[in-house]
Amino acid sequence: MVEQDGAATASGASEAVAAGGADYLPILLVPALAAAALPLIGNPVTWITLTIAALAMGMMIFVIASGLTLVFGLMDVLNFGHGAFIAIGAYLAMTTLVPLAGWIQADQLGLNLAALGLAILAAMAGTSVIGWAFERVIIMPVYGQHLKQILITTGGLIVTEQLIHVVWGGDQKPMPLPTALRGAITIGDVAVEKFRLLAMVVGLAVFVAMLLVLNRTKLGLLIRAGVENREMVEALGYRIRRLFVAVFVAGSALAGLGGTLWALYRETLTAGIGSEVIVLVFIVIIIGGLGSIGGCFLGSVLVAQMANYTGYLASKVALASNILLMVIILMWRPQGLYAVGGR
Amino acid sequence: MADALLTLEGVHTHIGQYHILQGVDFTVPRGAMTVLLGRNGAGKSTTLRTIMGLWQPSRGKITFEGREIGGWATPDIARAGIGYVPETMGVFADLTVRENMILAARAGAPDATRLEWIFAFFPALKRFWTQPAGVLSGGQKQMLSIARAVIEPRALILIDEPTKGIAPAIIDNMISAFDELKRGATTILLVEQNFRFAEALGDHAVVMDDGRIVHRETMAALAADTATQTRLLGLSLEAHG
Repeated sequence: MVEQDGAATASGASEAVAAGGADYLPILLVPALAAAALPLIGNPVTWITLTIAALAMGMMIFVIASGLTLVFGLMDVLNFGHGAFIAIGAYLAMTTLVPLAGWIQADQLGLNLAALGLAILAAMAGTSVIGWAFERVIIMPVYGQHLKQILITTGGLIVTEQLIHVVWGGDQKPMPLPTALRGAITIGDVAVEKFRLLAMVVGLAVFVAMLLVLNRTKLGLLIRAGVENREMVEALGYRIRRLFVAVFVAGSALAGLGGTLWALYRETLTAGIGSEVIVLVFIVIIIGGLGSIGGCFLGSVLVAQMANYTGYLASKVALASNILLMVIILMWRPQGLYAVGGR
Repeated sequence: MADALLTLEGVHTHIGQYHILQGVDFTVPRGAMTVLLGRNGAGKSTTLRTIMGLWQPSRGKITFEGREIGGWATPDIARAGIGYVPETMGVFADLTVRENMILAARAGAPDATRLEWIFAFFPALKRFWTQPAGVLSGGQKQMLSIARAVIEPRALILIDEPTKGIAPAIIDNMISAFDELKRGATTILLVEQNFRFAEALGDHAVVMDDGRIVHRETMAALAADTATQTRLLGLSLEAHG
C-alpha cells in the first residue's frame, strides 16, 4: 500500500490560509482602523469613548446580522424582510415592559435585568413564531429565485411596518433604559455608558454560544457543511430544508433580540427601526463573507468603528464611509473577509 | 446474473431546456461492480445524479431494492442505502477530516473498526484527522470523499470518476479498497474513464452515448474486444488508460 501525500502536504500547506483555519490577517483590521482614527480624532479620551461605543454598536449589529448571514449562506435566500423582525422584536419588548414599569424604574439592577430578560424573551419568542410563518408563506415559494426574493421580502417588510402602525400607532415610542443602566461608569477621564457594557456582554455571549453550537454540535456541523455545499449534505442523508427552517427561526429570534437592544440604545423606536439598520447589516454580511459567523462578527465591529469615527469626524459621510469600507475590503478579498468553502 | 439491486427503465432527465438522458435502461446486479463508460457528455454523471435525486427524472422508472425511488428527495434516497461520491468530491473544506466523517456517519459516532479499515487504505486521512479538509490535496480529498461513502455499510455506492487527476499510487490504493468492498458484498456503480482502473475492478460494463445505453456486456468481454472499445469509446480509453 503506497501513501501519496508528501507532495500533497506541500500544496496543502499553501491552501491552509484559504481554508480559513489560521487566517488572522482580517482581525488586524480592527486595531489598524482604530490606530488610523487616533491622529484624526486627536483627543485620546474621545477616541477611547468612540471605540467603546463602536464595540457596543458592533455587538448589536452582530446579533442582528448573525442569523441573516447563515440564512444567506445556507439557502442563498436574500431576505430583505429581516428588518421586520428587528422592528417587531423591539415593539414586543416595549409592550412587555409597560406592565413592568415598576421593575424598570426601581433602582435595583436585579429587578431591571429581570424586566429586560422578560422583554427579551417575549421579543425572541414572538419573532421566532413570526419568522417561522414568514418562511412558510413568503420565502418558501421563491427558493432559488433571487429577484422574486428581493421583491417579496421587501414587500413583506413594508407590510409588517404598516401592520406595526396599525397595532401600535405611527408615532415615535419611548424605550426608556432601566434606572440602573442609565448613566456611565467613569474610568479615569473615560466615561463608559452602562448600557453599552451590557450590549457588549450580550453580543459576546451570543457570539460564543454560536461558536460553541457551530463547532461542538452535530447540528452546528450540519449548518456549516450546508452553508458550504447543501447538495452534499442532502446526499449524506440530511434534510436541509428542516435545518434551514430551524436556522431561519433562530435568526429571526436573534433579530428580535438585536432589535430590543437597538431600541434601548436609541431609547426610542418607530416602525422603521429595522429599515434604518438593515443597510449596515447587509454591508456587514457582505464584508464578512456570506455564511461566515467569524466574518460577520469582525465585519460588525469594523462597520461600527467606521460609523462612530466618521460620525464624529464628518457625520454627513458616515454611511458613505461604510460603503467605501465595503468596496476596499471586496477589492482585497472579493468573497469577503472569510470566504466559506467554495463560495 | 445475480438479482438486480438497482434498475433504470426508460429514464429521461431534462436540465432546463436540455434533454440529457433520453431513455436510459440498465440494471446494476447485487454484489458486483458495474462500470458506466462513455465519451464526455454522454450523460454518465447525469445518470448518477438522477439516481441520487439531485436531478429529477422527467420520465421513466428507477427501482432500488424493489422500491420505486424516482422522484424521491435526495436525503430519502441516501437513507434508503445509497452512498454517493460526486465528481467534485464534495468535501466540506471548512470542516476537519474528522468532522466530515462525523457527518457521514448518520447512525452515530464513526465506528472505530471501520475507521481503522479505512485508514489502512487511506493513511493520509489519519494524519490529517484534525485538519480542515481544505488543506488536503486533490487525491486526499478523493480519499475522504470515498471514506465518507463507506464509513457505514451501504447497499449501493455511486462513484463518479474517482481517478480523475489522481496520482497512480493512490489509484492502486483505491483499487485495493474497492476490491475489499466488493468482497464485502457492497454493490458499486462506477463512472470511469480510466480503463485500467475500470478493467481491474469492473464485473459488468454499460456504455452510454448521447443519453442512452448503447452497449452492455461483462467487463472482461469488453476488455478483450478492442474493436468494440474503439467503436463505442473512441480513443478515450487508450488516452486515459
